[in-house]
Amino acid sequence: MFDTALTLADLGFLAKGAAMTLAVTAVSVLAGTVLGVLFGVIRNQVGPYWSMPLTFLLDIFRSVPLLIQLVLGNAMQSIMKLGWAPFTTSCVVLSLYTAAYCTEIVRGGISSVPATTRRAARSLGMTWWQDMRYIVAPLATRVSLPAWIGLTLGVMKDSALVLWLGLIELLRASQILVTRLQEPLFILLICGAIYFIISFPIARLGGYLERRWSND
Amino acid sequence: MIEIENVRKSFGQLEVLKGINLTVEKGEVLTIIGGSGSGKSTLLTCINGLETIDSGRIVVDGTDVHAKGTDLNKLRRKLGIVFQQFNAFPHLTVLENVMLAPVKVLGQSKAEAEAMAVKQLTHVGLGDKLKVYPSRMSGGQQQRMAIARALAMSPAYMLFDEVTSALDPQLVGEVLDTLRMLASEGMTMICVTHEMKFAREVSDRVAFFHKGVMAEIAPPEALFGAPKDADLKTFLAATH
Repeated sequence: MFDTALTLADLGFLAKGAAMTLAVTAVSVLAGTVLGVLFGVIRNQVGPYWSMPLTFLLDIFRSVPLLIQLVLGNAMQSIMKLGWAPFTTSCVVLSLYTAAYCTEIVRGGISSVPATTRRAARSLGMTWWQDMRYIVAPLATRVSLPAWIGLTLGVMKDSALVLWLGLIELLRASQILVTRLQEPLFILLICGAIYFIISFPIARLGGYLERRWSND
Repeated sequence: MIEIENVRKSFGQLEVLKGINLTVEKGEVLTIIGGSGSGKSTLLTCINGLETIDSGRIVVDGTDVHAKGTDLNKLRRKLGIVFQQFNAFPHLTVLENVMLAPVKVLGQSKAEAEAMAVKQLTHVGLGDKLKVYPSRMSGGQQQRMAIARALAMSPAYMLFDEVTSALDPQLVGEVLDTLRMLASEGMTMICVTHEMKFAREVSDRVAFFHKGVMAEIAPPEALFGAPKDADLKTFLAATH
């Protein structure tokens, strides 16, 4: 009843695409989160007025469609003769895109810690840094985690757009197979399943951490 | 000794402290009473440098609190403060709440800090709650934990800012008992409070604040028994 031309080698090709998706996502989420935490703390610390330039810059990364950012980013690196590989360009653009969203998540998490709680910490003689490290960071992380997991999963799917820079990630790999084998539904089904298999553990990790941190 | 000299402080247009002069000796228990907005809580947060002042001086054991170059983090080690809100660190157990600052700020070893924390928590009657998270405790218990947390830093002075105001009426007693115990042990304390009976019992002196001015200060028998200030008379008539 069911007949396919898909070979084991083709599946391996898809797996390589999935590995590329994972690599781009991992680098971008990691770098984007580090930058996001930094920007979020800065925005929280210096207040809305002084952080205006930063806010404006991040707003650009949040408002311009990612595809345009990738194409422009690639054009820019080539004009500036940076000689970046498509993988590097993709990761840089996606990192900034992730950082823009992560900044808001971090800022929200920090503001969720009551000022009175922080005051109590400081009144015990803790420095700003100790307050941040031992009180604000753990509490803000708990609040921000669901949004951050959502961001990570979103970035992973958005990372499909790097195919426009010529990277063969999961979606591009599927497209190639579809063109060759002419079995779009079956191949896209497999492709979707692979996305799910990658995403599911991340979502579950989020749920697990939330339960572990709930203290009850 | 805490010396407060002609301290003024405004929030925008509103002057909340209009030249306060006050000296608190070692071992003294001073309570501050007065209506809301009288500046009494603001004064406490100025003493440990959580709030700045506009003019005047606050000197704690010879250290000018608001002078440039004063290490406030160091100064705060000797000034314990407990607030109206309990301000438990919700992600830490009761024991960890109390141990955190001694370990991170004073650099005590875990064992040292734990011994101190257990001692202080037992002292305030929470010896059986060490592994519990604050969310599982009543307001009175959380407030006693906050007191133990401040005491674990071995402060020379304790400041209490309306510590029973956010509590259910039936829980006020247990916290006041803890304060009475500290007072009887000779701790130097400044308590901002609305509990007149408590103020009368534990205080060496009671200060009445009204609209940013310290209108009257006297031993409790005199202040409650024979008030001189007209606003104080009105205030006491309203609270009885």
